[in-house]
Amino acid sequence: MSDAPFTAPKRFRFERHASAILLLSAIALYVALVLMLGQTRFLTLDNLVAILGRSITLGITAIGQTFAILIGSIDLSVASVISASAVVTSVVMNGDPSMMLPAVLAVLALGALIGLVNGLVISRLEVNPLIATLGMSLIIQGVLSYYYNNFAGNVPVEFQVFAYGAVGIVPFSLVFMFVLAGCAWFILRFTRFGSDVYSVGGNKDAARLAGIKTARVVIGAHVICSLCAAIAGIYLASRLRSGAPWIGAEGVYDLESIAVVVIGGTVLAGGRGGIWGTMAGVIIFSLIDSIFNVAGVDAFVKQVLRGIIIVAAVAFYAVRSRRLVA
Amino acid sequence: MSAQSLPQAPTQRRLPRINPVYVLVAALIIAIVVMNPAFGEPTGYMNYLKRVAALAILSAGALYVIVSGGFDLSVGSIMTLTVIGSSMLASNDPNSTYWIIPLMLGIGAVVGLINGLVVSYLKVPSLIATLGMMISLNGVAFMWSGGAPRGYLPDTFRFFGRYNITDIPLITLLPIAVICLVGFGLLLWWGMHRTNFGRMLHAVGDNPQAARLAGVPVERVRISAFVVSALTAVLAGVILGGRAGVSVDIGSGFELQAITAAVIGGAQLLGGRGSVPATIAGALALEAIFTLLNLLGLAQPVRLVVQGLILIGAVALATYQRKRAGQ
Repeated sequence: MSDAPFTAPKRFRFERHASAILLLSAIALYVALVLMLGQTRFLTLDNLVAILGRSITLGITAIGQTFAILIGSIDLSVASVISASAVVTSVVMNGDPSMMLPAVLAVLALGALIGLVNGLVISRLEVNPLIATLGMSLIIQGVLSYYYNNFAGNVPVEFQVFAYGAVGIVPFSLVFMFVLAGCAWFILRFTRFGSDVYSVGGNKDAARLAGIKTARVVIGAHVICSLCAAIAGIYLASRLRSGAPWIGAEGVYDLESIAVVVIGGTVLAGGRGGIWGTMAGVIIFSLIDSIFNVAGVDAFVKQVLRGIIIVAAVAFYAVRSRRLVA
Repeated sequence: MSAQSLPQAPTQRRLPRINPVYVLVAALIIAIVVMNPAFGEPTGYMNYLKRVAALAILSAGALYVIVSGGFDLSVGSIMTLTVIGSSMLASNDPNSTYWIIPLMLGIGAVVGLINGLVVSYLKVPSLIATLGMMISLNGVAFMWSGGAPRGYLPDTFRFFGRYNITDIPLITLLPIAVICLVGFGLLLWWGMHRTNFGRMLHAVGDNPQAARLAGVPVERVRISAFVVSALTAVLAGVILGGRAGVSVDIGSGFELQAITAAVIGGAQLLGGRGSVPATIAGALALEAIFTLLNLLGLAQPVRLVVQGLILIGAVALATYQRKRAGQ
């Protein structure tokens, strides 16, 4: 009672909780469906871990994509970066355990370079980010399929631990994804770069006038985005035991990562949102897949519903906004 | 005093500002003709125009959405749906074409309407709204065909994409697809550059708030843009299906090619600027580049790289020019 006069009345901030609401309703739907069908074997901890484990590539990619979208940009090149880094990983390793470290370093360097070029083209040449990263995607895909047209190289057994190893029932890769998300959260929440990201995304001109070197922030966000995609590619190579030039495009990771970030409540125009929303979006996505599997929905119907759900989830946030969107 | 002493109009008349895309198309076509003189024959260039017709009509329609400030990623899937749906419905009956094409246009109009309503009233960014539509429509096309398309398109349907009128003096042959290209190109040009609707479209794309305050019905204009885009996608699907036949992924990738063509033609993403003739020229340029790369014996991967470089280059150049003009 004593502190009542000092606190402003707490209004329920819908946008803040929307991703949690969506996540909870997806979980509720899943549990209800499983109970209704009486298939309680889908409610075990093992199954929960399996549901989460299916979306690690998407999750890691989406962490990076969150940075790009937060600054009001977008990255359509992540799918090609995933393909490229998976191929480079497996080709450089080529079954030799001693090449594991060089391969990972080479892939990370490649990712950083691609992000740097994306960022430079967007911030210095002022090319629309959609076009810049789409062009980059075409270039990477072209170069990659010039040299490889099938699975190339292979990943040593020691490296497959990244995808298949586990502590108890929790896979390393799942732990890794959440650690990465934690790092991203720390960067956004507690570092100067993090607050710059939100300022640039909110209003680029105001950020510049406030003395923020906006170009550096844009470049930094794109480097992080491409690095995450490169890491996702390394994980995919470890899981598939080899890399092929189409695995990124096949997973539609470019568009899916954008959809996941937006479902997680990050605004496409930039400046608002965060990592945990994205993680909620990733889990919602894999829960929806599980719901379809449990309910035995036809593969094509599943695709139709998926498109509708993406739009509906985004509408759930957006319909209350008074701003004009395009 | 004679008129001579009157202050003269500025003597150094500037060169008329030509959109660089026309120069690009001319240069590319000259290069192709030099490398392959057969291209200068009617069969050569008419086949080229026939190949480009679907993309050119599609891009001109997609430009409506781009000028209004949005994106339409669903056009490729509408083309796929048109081709798959028509082949499923036709069941080899040549008379079916007369009701199938209107039906497909109706489906297209509904799809465009949904896109527009979702963007305008549910406030979903068009990138996401049309992406969702693309995923769903691809699913519908798969569902309809059961995964593998059966049946084929009757000749009456393929008339628009495949048939050539022969024995014409001077140009020898004239594909129906080229007549469609010219006809719909003129129609879309008229709609964009000679009507009130086109003017409102530019206003909405340039500054929606200002447009609303000036009395433009922003929602209605946006929805109409999506409907136009979806309708041209159906037309492009009919022409492409007629030329290339039935396959489940026939339209995939066209949404990005359409945006590429518009951007090469100088359209400004996020709205307010764009021209139908320049966009059609952009489509011509894109196809000419591919033709040239084929002539040079370069493989598909190189095509991708070149497309990427041109895309970035065109936008970077446009931005640079706009900045130098102080706009």
